Amino acid sequence: MGKTLFDKVWEQHVVKEISGGINILYVDLHLIHEVTSPQAFSEIEERGLPLFRKEKMIATADHNVPTINQHLEIKDDLSRKQVQKLGENCDKYAIEYYALGNDYQGIVHVIGPELGYTLPGKTIVCGDSHTSTHGAFGAIAFGIGTSQVAQVMASQCLIQTKPKTMRITVDGELKKGVLAKDVILYIIAQLSADGGTGYFIEYAGSAIESLSMEGRMTVCNMSIEMGARGGMIAPDDTTFDYIKGRQFAPSGNELEDAIHHWKELKSDNDAIFDKEYQFDAADIAPMITYGTNPGMGIKIDAKIPMTPDTENSKSFDKALKYMNLKSGESLIGKPINHIFIGSCTNSRIEDLREVAAYVKGKQKAKNVNALIVPGSKQVELQAKKEGLDKIFSAAGFELREPGCSACLAMNEDKIPEGEYCISTSNRNFEGRQGPGARTLLSSPLIAAATAIAGKIIDVRDTL
Amino acid sequence: MKKFNTLISTAIPLPISDIDTDQIIPARYLKSTNREGFGKHLFYDWRFDNNGKQNPDFALNQAKYSGEILVAGKNFGCGSSREHAAWSLTDYGFNVIVSSFFADIFKDNALNNGLLPVQVSEQFLTSFFDRVSKDSSTKIKVDLENQEIEIVGTSEKENFQISAYKKECLMNGYDDIDYLVSLKEEIELYEKNKVLTY
Repeated sequence: MGKTLFDKVWEQHVVKEISGGINILYVDLHLIHEVTSPQAFSEIEERGLPLFRKEKMIATADHNVPTINQHLEIKDDLSRKQVQKLGENCDKYAIEYYALGNDYQGIVHVIGPELGYTLPGKTIVCGDSHTSTHGAFGAIAFGIGTSQVAQVMASQCLIQTKPKTMRITVDGELKKGVLAKDVILYIIAQLSADGGTGYFIEYAGSAIESLSMEGRMTVCNMSIEMGARGGMIAPDDTTFDYIKGRQFAPSGNELEDAIHHWKELKSDNDAIFDKEYQFDAADIAPMITYGTNPGMGIKIDAKIPMTPDTENSKSFDKALKYMNLKSGESLIGKPINHIFIGSCTNSRIEDLREVAAYVKGKQKAKNVNALIVPGSKQVELQAKKEGLDKIFSAAGFELREPGCSACLAMNEDKIPEGEYCISTSNRNFEGRQGPGARTLLSSPLIAAATAIAGKIIDVRDTL
Repeated sequence: MKKFNTLISTAIPLPISDIDTDQIIPARYLKSTNREGFGKHLFYDWRFDNNGKQNPDFALNQAKYSGEILVAGKNFGCGSSREHAAWSLTDYGFNVIVSSFFADIFKDNALNNGLLPVQVSEQFLTSFFDRVSKDSSTKIKVDLENQEIEIVGTSEKENFQISAYKKECLMNGYDDIDYLVSLKEEIELYEKNKVLTY
C-alpha cells in the first residue's frame, strides 16, 4: 500500500515507537515567542536540564508587542516584562532572537517561511496553534502547549500519538474575487469547527496547486479552526521557487540535493486516507462568518441560516445573540466601523498587494477605522519599497508595525465593545478582538471593499 | 505532576458546545511569566460583566453548583494552544473535565497537568445535564484505573478511553519530560543517521 505525504514525513522523524501508536517524534525546528515560552524556560531550569539543541530554535516577539513606536519602551508593564523575559532567556541560552527593531522580527509564522527556516519535509513546532501555517511547504507543523515546549527544549522530541489522515481535494479554477482565504473558510463551513479533530490534513487538487505560497499558507494556517492538528501541501516548483534565495535556506548544490529529496514528498497514487473530501472550486464564493466560531461561515450574499435542530442549537443561538444578528438576515449592507488586515493568516506581502490594488485611488468611508498590520518587518519594508504605504495612506488606511495585534488583542489594538470588525484573521471567538467585540472573518479583498464602502458589499460587483 | 486515581465529586454543568480557549482564559490574561494564579481569570468574560460584577446566570457563580469536575458540551478547548487554559482550570480547583469531544491540543495540555479529560457519549452528557438541573448535588465518580465514569446513584455508567502510557503517567505522577530526557542516547543516534541534516 502506498504512503501519504504525511506518513512519509512522519516516519522519517520517528526516533522510537513506545506502544500502541505512540511515537517519539523528532523536531527539526522549534519556534518560540514571548507568551508561551517563559514557563517552559522555568521548567527546564527548575529541573536543571540544559537546552538539547539550541541551534534548532528561533525566537521572536509578536503576540504582545505594540504596533506603534516599536523603538520606544513598551508601555504596558506586564507586556514589557514578558518581552524582556524572552530577551533574557535567549541571551542566557544563546538562542537566535529577532527582537523588536530587528529587520527579521515579525509574527512567528510569517518570519519562519520568509527567512527560509521553513522547508519541505521538516517537523516544526511552536507554542501556538497556527503553527499549521508551515505545512504549506510540505512540512509537518503543529502547535503545542508550554509543557511540550519544555520537552522539546530538553530533548528535541515529543511523545505523540500518530493522528489519522484526511485529504481535502479542491479541483477546478477559482472564480474572480475568490482568494485562498475564501477557500479555507468554505472548507471549514462545510466540515464545521470540529470536523478535523484527530486528523492531519493534506490539501490537494488543481485549485490548491494554483495557489501561491502565500495563499497555501493561508489555507494551512486555518486547519486548526476545524480542529485538525495541521494541514500540509505537497511541495512543487512553486515551493522550490519560493525557497530559492531565502536568507537561511540551503543554496547551490545543497539546495539541488534537497530539491531532489523534496520531490519524493507527495502522496503515492495508491495511498489510502482515513477520510477524504472533494470540492469543486466553482462552488466557492467570497465568504464571511456570522457567528463565534470559524465554522459559522456563509457566502457573502447568502442569508444567515436557521438554528440547527441538533445539540448545537443552544450554542448557535448564543452565538447569534452575541453577534446581535438574526437567522434569515443578509450581511450585505451592514455598516461596519472597523477593518483589521493582518495576522498570521493574511499579513504577507501578497495580501498587502491585493489590498493596495483594490484601494488605489479610492478613499475609505468616513465611519471606518482601517488598520493594516504587516506580518513582519520584511513585509513592512517590502511594502514601503513598492510604495504600498503611500497608496494606503492616500486611501485613509493606517499601516502599522508588525505583530499579532488585533487578531487576539493582547496589546492595545482592540475593537470596542459591541462594534463589528471585518477581520482577515483566523478566529471570531467571543471577545477575541477585545471584550464584547464582534468579529466577522473574511479575505483581505472583502475587508478592503468594506472599508471603502463603509458597509459590507459583495466585492464581486466592484471588480 | 500530582497523581490521579479515583475521584467522586459534585460537578459544574456548562451545556455549551465549542467552548474555546479564549473563553476559558481571554488572551489579555496571558501576560504572566509563571504558571500560578490563572484561576481568577478562568471564564473571566462569562463570569464577570464589564464592571467586574459577577454574572449571576453563569454556573460557576451559582452557589448551588460546586465540585472538582466540570461537565461541558462537545469540542471543549478548541482554539489556541495556550496551556494557560489547563492551568486556569486546575488553579480554580478542577481535576476532571467531562465532554463528548475534546480539542487535541487542549487534551494534551490537560494530561500534562494532571487534569483528566474524560470523553463520554452525548447521551451521558444529556443525562447528566438533565439530572443536575433537578438536583445540583448529583455526584460523578471517575475511576481511572478501570477507565469508568458514572453518575452516582444511577445506572448511567460508561468506559472511557485513555492511552496506556498516559494512564500510567497520571496514576504514578510521571511527566513526559522525565521519559524524553532518559532517551538522550537514542535521540543522538537518530540524529547521526538522519539523511537531511537541516
